[in-house]
Amino acid sequence: MRSTPNTALPPELAAWQVEIEGFARGHGLDFFPTIFEVVDADELNAIAARGGFPVRYPHWRFGMEYEQLSKSYGHGLSKIYELVINNNPCYAYLMRSNAVVDQKLVMAHVYGHCDFFKQNAWFSKTNRKMMDEMANHGARVRRYMDEVGVEPVEEFIDACLSLEDLIDIHAPFVKRREEKDRYDFQREKEEEPKGPAKFASKGYMDRYVNPRGADGEKTESESKAPEKLPSHPERDVLRFLLEHAPLSAWQADVLTIIRDEAYYFAPQAQTKIMNEGWASYWHSHIMTRQVLTDAEFVCFADHHSGTMASSPTRLNPYKLGIELLRDIEDRWDRGAFGKEFDDCDDHRERQHWDKKLGIGREKIFEVRRIHNDLTFIDEFLTLDFCRRHKMFKFGYNEATEYYEIESRAFPKVKQQLLQNLTNAGRPLIEVVDGNYRNRGELYLTHRYTGVELDLAYARATLDNLQRLWGRPVHIETVLQDARAVISLDGDEYEIDAGEPVENQQGVF
Amino acid sequence: MTVKIERDQRRFKQIVKGKVRQNLKQFVTQGEMIGRKGKDLVSIPLPQLDLPRFRFGDNGAGGVASGEGEEGQPVGKGGQPQPGQGQAGSDPGDGHLMEVDISLEELAELLGAELELPRIEPRGAASITQQKNKYDTVRHVGPEALRHKKRTYLQALKRQISTGEYRPDDPRIIPIKGDKRYKSWTTIDQPQVNAAVFYLMDVSGSMTDEQKQIVRTEAFWIDAWLASQYDGIETRYIIHDAVAKEVDEHTFYHTRESGGTRISSAYKVCADLIKNHFPPADWNLYVFQFSDGDNWGEDNQQALSILSDSILPAVNLYCYGQVESPYGSGEYLNQLESRFGELDQMVLSEIPDREAIYESIRAFLGKGR
Repeated sequence: MRSTPNTALPPELAAWQVEIEGFARGHGLDFFPTIFEVVDADELNAIAARGGFPVRYPHWRFGMEYEQLSKSYGHGLSKIYELVINNNPCYAYLMRSNAVVDQKLVMAHVYGHCDFFKQNAWFSKTNRKMMDEMANHGARVRRYMDEVGVEPVEEFIDACLSLEDLIDIHAPFVKRREEKDRYDFQREKEEEPKGPAKFASKGYMDRYVNPRGADGEKTESESKAPEKLPSHPERDVLRFLLEHAPLSAWQADVLTIIRDEAYYFAPQAQTKIMNEGWASYWHSHIMTRQVLTDAEFVCFADHHSGTMASSPTRLNPYKLGIELLRDIEDRWDRGAFGKEFDDCDDHRERQHWDKKLGIGREKIFEVRRIHNDLTFIDEFLTLDFCRRHKMFKFGYNEATEYYEIESRAFPKVKQQLLQNLTNAGRPLIEVVDGNYRNRGELYLTHRYTGVELDLAYARATLDNLQRLWGRPVHIETVLQDARAVISLDGDEYEIDAGEPVENQQGVF
Repeated sequence: MTVKIERDQRRFKQIVKGKVRQNLKQFVTQGEMIGRKGKDLVSIPLPQLDLPRFRFGDNGAGGVASGEGEEGQPVGKGGQPQPGQGQAGSDPGDGHLMEVDISLEELAELLGAELELPRIEPRGAASITQQKNKYDTVRHVGPEALRHKKRTYLQALKRQISTGEYRPDDPRIIPIKGDKRYKSWTTIDQPQVNAAVFYLMDVSGSMTDEQKQIVRTEAFWIDAWLASQYDGIETRYIIHDAVAKEVDEHTFYHTRESGGTRISSAYKVCADLIKNHFPPADWNLYVFQFSDGDNWGEDNQQALSILSDSILPAVNLYCYGQVESPYGSGEYLNQLESRFGELDQMVLSEIPDREAIYESIRAFLGKGR
């Protein structure tokens, strides 16, 4: 099932690949071998619909995404320019109908991504043989479909996908606790013999020879103080479900697949701004300085500016990323950072600050190695930058039902941006009790940071959670400034409103 | 590389169809589909298809963007896909599906399956071909209305740069004749098996708006089914009170007259149309008549004789739907019943309310003619 390219690159593109790869290396980019494939628009849409993997488990959602992509492409509303897979080797796709200048642009861009995949710390724990792994996942899912039927498997995948955000994105780097294999029965046996030594006895005589409570030995209920499950709140809800939900073997395996893929994709969501910024930085650098012919310039400018276009309700990660990287490069070249610079409040002096350090390039290579979007913004988004790019914070006005510009104040803009980037933009949710009310019910909490959950979605998600857990499920959150628990018991939802909480906006 | 997306696509469509089928009776009887019809597609809201997640609500959500504007200036409408960043995630097209497009033909197939309608065996040969245009090319000549603005601009820009005319400080781009590009089409021939459908309706005072809505809803589904069975259908509308005339679709549903009722007048218009424009040898003909069942007693004899002499011999199917109204006597149905009750190409149906539309369609189209 291993996917290997069967479309040889046309000679002209093959030559360009060699050349552009050489330029990229020349600038110090370091990447896995990269394989380009030329595909037509339809294939590209199909591959994109499957998250970039031609071989993946079968699921109707990919069909839906394909329909949307091809419809949008057919109407001329959108077009996928580049698609590159974090794998060793990296796979990247070129659209057959594109002009050569576009292909060169995409190649230069792709080498930026490939370098980022290999060098950025947040990708360091991702599976570099994911192309094979995905094919393997596909084979396993297909086998279960053969065994238990397409619909039960697909419906179970639906439920799992609905929960796929509930992972601990830092888990690959922080060992929070020992992995526990639910089928490892050995472990419990070893733990048993504890406490004072007993007199040897045959099993049926034991309770006479060693009566309970003798020699200060505690009774069973005393010695095993009701163990809290989990012992600490746990963000990796999927793992908790894997270990404790009543899943059949195939179900556990499918959930494992969904969880593995979620962890594989997580760094891409965490580094969208940086990754696109980095790739855009390099395509723009390589194209304008080394590759473009005069005749191609207009097309390049057209497509480059299309990529950088901004919208009033969406921050373009390509644009923000490249501009911030350029800003960092410029500041570190000039030495415009550090205490002396920060303390200077003469605007003109700051503008013309130049210590001729020339370490900008070095700095951005370091930045791309160690940061993710959250820390990147936190550390490098400055007041000057914010002003220069006319950034603003917008919010929802319930009265008008419009999003409106709320503020241009730097701290508010930055805080909002950081909040949006926290946990890759998803609500922070933890398992706090797997035996709630001592009835085997599941209790989650949403760590409220000022933005409420979408109630309709929360209920529908609870539905899926209950399908996996089998017992009533609850989530504690904040609704209208009051603590609230949304419960699902069978088919009945219940919202239990609690005490008002202080406005926690901005606490995260 | 072959990507096996077809299977997933099929599954998706299957699931959509399953959801639509679950709600089909409601779609059929409520008439809400009519307003949702595009050229070939009907948009159906199916929020359940989305995979739900714990996500932030609109309420209190916000983001960061850049550009001009004062504080308080609106930048986007609420209820749109969540703005802001960090949402992009790993999946392309991470949108939430609110409406799915389903072709009218598929919808008709579903209806057919649900009502167990037999497929129609068309009569007559495919004697008519139709030409269809597809806009799929760009040419150097064409009408101004079809000018491809972006291509034209790009050509002009390229030319100006290459000839040194382009001045960055005054970037004016003026296309000359040779720069202009036009969208163009290719023509495809398609053989046709055609059907013509005649809707006859009594618009005398006793037919109220509610009755007309029922007719309209029923006609929509009849059209959809017939269209799925034929390559092309022609639809003609005839209204009558004491006199009859052919009208367009809008007039058909929105006319209210106060005169008496003479059904024969409509039959006459219909028979003439058939005679002059739709020779039965080339066309599959369908007549649907809706009325509350009142006719001037003296007219019955004439009406029934036109029906039996000029219309019934020519048509695949003649359907009479009697829409119950507070004023009508419902007598006409009995007349037809006693005269033609045994006839294969005639179907009679009483439609007391919306709920009955479903069964009425089954009665009309269940013969497979």
